[in-house]
Amino acid sequence: MATVEVVTPRAMEDSRPLGALLHEWILTVDHKRIGIMYVSMGLAFFVVAGLQAAVMRWQLAVPGNTLVGPDTFNRLFTMHGTTMVFFVGMPLVFGTANYVVPLMIGARDVAFPRLNALSFWLSLFGGLLLYSSYLLGPGLYGAGSAPAVGWFAYAPLTEPPFTPGTSTDYWILGLMVSGFGSIAGSINLIATIITMRCPGMTLGRMPMFVWLLLMSVCEVVLAMPVLTAAQVMLLFDRYLGAHFFDALAGGDPVLWQHFFWFFGHPEVYILILPVFGIASEIIPVFSRKVIFGYPVMVAATIAIGFIGASVWAHHMFTVGLGAPINSLFTATTMAIAVPTGIKIFNWLGTMWGGRLSFATPMLFSTAFLFQFLVGGLTGVMLAVVPFDWQVSDSYFVVAHFHYVLIGGLVFLFFAAIYYWFPKATGRMLDERLGRWHFWLFVVGFNLTMGILHFAGLLGMPRRIYTYQTGHGWDTINLIASLGVIPQIVGVFLFIINIVVSLRRGTLAGDDPWDAWTLEWATTSPPPDYNFETVPVVRSRRPLWDLKHPEDPDWRHE
Amino acid sequence: MTPEPARGAPAEWRLPSRGRAGMVGLIVMESAFLGTFVVAYLFYIGKSVSGPTPRQVLDFPLFNTICLLASSVTIALAVKALRGGRRMLFGSWLLITILLGAEFITGTAVEWYGLIVRKGLTIGTNLFGTTFYSLVGFHAGHVTLGLLLLILVWIFTVLGAVRVEHAERVELLSWYWHFVDAVWIVVLTAVYIVSR
Repeated sequence: MATVEVVTPRAMEDSRPLGALLHEWILTVDHKRIGIMYVSMGLAFFVVAGLQAAVMRWQLAVPGNTLVGPDTFNRLFTMHGTTMVFFVGMPLVFGTANYVVPLMIGARDVAFPRLNALSFWLSLFGGLLLYSSYLLGPGLYGAGSAPAVGWFAYAPLTEPPFTPGTSTDYWILGLMVSGFGSIAGSINLIATIITMRCPGMTLGRMPMFVWLLLMSVCEVVLAMPVLTAAQVMLLFDRYLGAHFFDALAGGDPVLWQHFFWFFGHPEVYILILPVFGIASEIIPVFSRKVIFGYPVMVAATIAIGFIGASVWAHHMFTVGLGAPINSLFTATTMAIAVPTGIKIFNWLGTMWGGRLSFATPMLFSTAFLFQFLVGGLTGVMLAVVPFDWQVSDSYFVVAHFHYVLIGGLVFLFFAAIYYWFPKATGRMLDERLGRWHFWLFVVGFNLTMGILHFAGLLGMPRRIYTYQTGHGWDTINLIASLGVIPQIVGVFLFIINIVVSLRRGTLAGDDPWDAWTLEWATTSPPPDYNFETVPVVRSRRPLWDLKHPEDPDWRHE
Repeated sequence: MTPEPARGAPAEWRLPSRGRAGMVGLIVMESAFLGTFVVAYLFYIGKSVSGPTPRQVLDFPLFNTICLLASSVTIALAVKALRGGRRMLFGSWLLITILLGAEFITGTAVEWYGLIVRKGLTIGTNLFGTTFYSLVGFHAGHVTLGLLLLILVWIFTVLGAVRVEHAERVELLSWYWHFVDAVWIVVLTAVYIVSR
């Protein structure tokens, strides 16, 4: 085994005055700093949108509660959903990608560093624009503030007669601005992955995270402009007297639904594919085995990308599109379970017979496998049209997509932060706090969302601000609301962990997890230029080759 | 600790230029954006509840189309001239491209003036007006953007700043121009042929 030189990580450079530090961060075009800013933005909005969810759960804890009124509640679920998708999920995806992808492919930076900085600031200001509605948006008859039209903002509710005032425009413009950022960021990452891989890094040797991210950002480029175009149409309706979604002039509100979900369903895959990539990096390292079935994993990724673009109308089964269209979208929706199932079996195959070590990143990844499976299976149930008609717009659907987006997405981003924090800062996150965070969150989350499946099956509709006793929903809602408490404590411990570990965490060294991808070949944190010499890659695990010259991977691949 | 040095390095390691990859990404993105307006236009053909209809007010823009399509040829010739190092010839073809593009925009302006002022069709008149002005307007907007960029390159050419090593950048701009042309063929088919 090659001798591994232990390099003392550079201390976080915080000795300079705050002004100079701010100046440096704001003007930076370094992909690592932009990545860290994206992730910080995602976490900040995660806390905000999480607290919104907590208020909603508090309101629903007992029947007839009067904590918030109907208008406030509408704003809460609109802002919660919009924020979680566009200002938590997207920045976490782009932040992780920004930090990790250039390092993984042995590049110095992304293809267009200044465009990268622009993308981040557009995303951030999109979010701030959305939230400025709380202060600036007069809304419905001057009574409103934040938008209250739901995160998918269905027409005709968003048409001028039904939501006068400007609050809905904050939703349109905030998302549009951050959408430009996402599109530019995606084109940037595609160009980076296609054109800046280090010598020997063929497509067949790319780390799984890079493959999955590539598919995800390709979907951004195809799907996000459709939302932008639909939002432009909505703005034309609202301000230029156009009739795109105006039924009185012959317009069709269902067209908005098609456009929105043509974006909206791929958006789910835009968010979930990169976290599949995170699982595909973490599980092999903590199982001490190569990923099981790499080529099949890549093929499944591409299949999910393509099928994922053709399932959107399963969000619209209750519209009445007719049996042929419903059947078609049932078929495509069920078909997507096949490549997804392949992935789950391959992750299990990777763990099977491995020397498993359950450090915090692996704990979160393992919980992901089970929770995402639940979300996937309820997804297949919802693909069955008659069943969907029964539970559409109920808490069953809410529980389903929270198992995908919390049980899958959020859990793996926690895993990613525990995994890559040492690389980004040079210090480890505390394992003991990490375990507390994990167990509190896994118990709290399953308590809240697990039991809400049954509220949905018992007929509790989503987006109601209160309910009367006697439907059999009382106990379920109380338990679901109590589950919020451990989740809040868990996230609080996570934040404490980050703050404390930044200053006092154990020094990580270059490669604390004994991992195999290129980001662990450079120092922690990496220098501005990433690698002293351009790496040359001969297999899928370049660091294994380096550490085990007697039995390198390229002899077997 | 750095990964294995040159031993076993691939003899030749060439990847496409990042400019090309970026421009392809931009064009795909623009296709999705403009495609949404094409879908909306096609979806709403014949669904207006009041007049005027496309047949009543639209004339086939033959001269405009010829000019825009010809500009794709002239910009290709311009790129070829720059690659060959003939900067005078490049400047001339570029100028012709700009004039052809300007004619297209002027033609659209004249058409819109007639529609709005004389025929009384605005974006709020009916669904046809809504979808027509959005689709044709966004296309014309893209032509205008391309035109501004071409004019910028032409100014640099006159100032002597464009040299043969810039040929790839100019070629990438020409890709965008070809794309705008290709979109016009789609718009022309949808608006002036199918819906008339």
